[in-house]
Amino acid sequence: MATVSLEGVSKTYPNGVRAVSGLDLEIADGEFMVLVGPSGCGKTTALRMVAGLEEISEGTIRVGDRVVNELSPRERDVAMVFQNYALYPHMTVAENIGFALRLAKMPKGEVRSKVEEAAAILGLTEHLDRKPSQLSGGQRQRVAMGRAIVREPAVFLMDEPLSNLDAKLRVQMRTEIARIQRRVNVATIYVTHDQTEAMTMGDRVAVLSAGTLQQCDVPQSLYDRPANLFVAAFIGSPAMNLYEGILSDGADSVRLGEQCLSLPPGLTSLEAWRGSPVVVGVRPENLHDAAGQGEPAPGRALEGDVELVEALGSERLVHFRLEASRLHGVGVAGGAGSERDAADLGRGELGAAAASVGVARVEPTSSIRGGERARFAVDVERLHLFDPSSGQAIGRH
Amino acid sequence: MSGQAIAPAAASEAAPTGGGGGTARRARRSSRRAADRRLGYALVAPAVILLLAITGFPLVYNLWNSFHYVNLSYANVPQHFVGLSNYTRMFTSSSWLASLERTLAFTAVSAVFDTAVALGLALMLHRRFPGRGLLRAAILIPWAVPTVVSAMLWQTMFDPRAGFVDYFLGIVHPSWGSLTWAGASVLRSWVVVFIADAWKNVPFVAIILLAGLQVIPTEVYEAAKIDGATAWQSFRRMTLPLLKPAIMVALVFRTLQAFFVFDVIYIMTGGGPGTSTETLSFLNYQTFITNTDFGYGGAMSIVLIVMALVIAGVYVRVLRPEL
Repeated sequence: MATVSLEGVSKTYPNGVRAVSGLDLEIADGEFMVLVGPSGCGKTTALRMVAGLEEISEGTIRVGDRVVNELSPRERDVAMVFQNYALYPHMTVAENIGFALRLAKMPKGEVRSKVEEAAAILGLTEHLDRKPSQLSGGQRQRVAMGRAIVREPAVFLMDEPLSNLDAKLRVQMRTEIARIQRRVNVATIYVTHDQTEAMTMGDRVAVLSAGTLQQCDVPQSLYDRPANLFVAAFIGSPAMNLYEGILSDGADSVRLGEQCLSLPPGLTSLEAWRGSPVVVGVRPENLHDAAGQGEPAPGRALEGDVELVEALGSERLVHFRLEASRLHGVGVAGGAGSERDAADLGRGELGAAAASVGVARVEPTSSIRGGERARFAVDVERLHLFDPSSGQAIGRH
Repeated sequence: MSGQAIAPAAASEAAPTGGGGGTARRARRSSRRAADRRLGYALVAPAVILLLAITGFPLVYNLWNSFHYVNLSYANVPQHFVGLSNYTRMFTSSSWLASLERTLAFTAVSAVFDTAVALGLALMLHRRFPGRGLLRAAILIPWAVPTVVSAMLWQTMFDPRAGFVDYFLGIVHPSWGSLTWAGASVLRSWVVVFIADAWKNVPFVAIILLAGLQVIPTEVYEAAKIDGATAWQSFRRMTLPLLKPAIMVALVFRTLQAFFVFDVIYIMTGGGPGTSTETLSFLNYQTFITNTDFGYGGAMSIVLIVMALVIAGVYVRVLRPEL
């Protein structure tokens, strides 16, 4: 039982690649912290530095009040679940789970009772004598979990433990891991590239890009108040619609092509951007079918040409085209597929006016059809504004 | 391939005709399968015929000889059937029994020692260090050198007049400066044979083990590290058990090679001093080529083959994958 803290932690590989730079994170005792970001963002490297599998180039890592920089993995009291589970193929499930305990010279009887206890929690009791090769993917995953929890470590580290499972099992194991973590109540760092996992599992979520921390907050705040363009584009599926607009001289409205959206009063510190380009972000669920709601007030609607409607049963996703510049590459953003585009966004790249597609998430009763021109009511209170050059969020309430 | 492509067409044709179509379809499929089989046999036939000619025939011929008196040195005695007498002669021959003993001892020591050294070498080559690729290629050189050449090299090195081994030993201790090795003392003859043989064969075994090491995922070691294993524990509990299949393959190769050892001994000691480094293969060679006793030699080679098969069989049983 301990907290984990990373202070200014960096990793530079001998070939000069800087995988992590200046990472500051505090994980409270019992907290479930998710590190999320596209591949190559440094999240796994950060985790491996905490585990002691990777040397720390700069900074300090503490477990409890102990600086662990120079300690070997065995001295750090951490347990880790690997992406490929890394089960010992020549050992049975029971031997796999009990290996650390036997290394620690725990008496045999005690090892057995601890292994059985862990197996019971994980539903592995009848598989204890099997070899990993005789188990399904989900069972192997559970053995890897068992190996971690049986040690009662100070810290749990999990490196994309669900990425090798099929979609259905992944959802099931997601809740199971969260449940087990609550039960053992140990500080946990969980690495994933899947934002759904991050949002559903984490007490807090740290978003990483290109080795630097973008934002660390509880999932809802991350979603509601993204600190920059990268987080805005990365979190949420379908991704936030981001367009280039011009802030009015009075800083009370923003122009997207020929259309205008009024901004709610009370947005602070927009002075610097008066009459200048800003990036406007609208989440798909903040666009509604205007036909169903009576005529929206002026400055609270957008019109676009509908290209495609996806009926998902509980909702409809309307893909439309707008006469406004859209941020470069956001067109295909959404879930894990958005990695590269999101990385581009991190640098605040604005593209030419070529594509200006967007997505609205509307009621299943909506009669919007492909090929038509549709009018969307906009929750202007929920607009996000970003500085196009730095990518930072601006004009918050 | 073609069977899969045609099958749906055949099925749709057969569908309207009902049950009769099914029979026709089955017949067609089985005739196609027979044609495939014939083609398969035709394709392997050349290899099978060649193998039969170069190994099958001598084997049968040897077997036949082993039950006969066939000795070219005594051409006036005609070939005749002698039953098992070549075999009984062999099993009661003190020189055959002595060389069996030597061969087994040499095989056991070589297999264990060479595999152990090769394991060390493989572990070293598995580590990351500058010039690793070059070294990996370089250690295969001894294996690529023909045994006759490497045996000659070692013989020269151990030669009391021309070699440098004695020179260096003389620096360590004056009385070691003029030791005679191959063919002089029994122990020293075995030492040089053993060294030359190991030098030649260890690299190959090391490469087999290196290949085995490379398929062990690094994550297993990382997991063991996190579980608290020291370097030694991780070697004992992860590397050795996971390397077992490769070790067994290496042992099979090494055991059989050592069991048939011939050319190193032929070059370096000629079986001497006396007959003290004569192995089964060497004795077999002498019986065949020097004494031209094809009947007795045939019996020896048959027994040699049977013993090799037994060794291989035992290994195969032990080797069966457990994972």
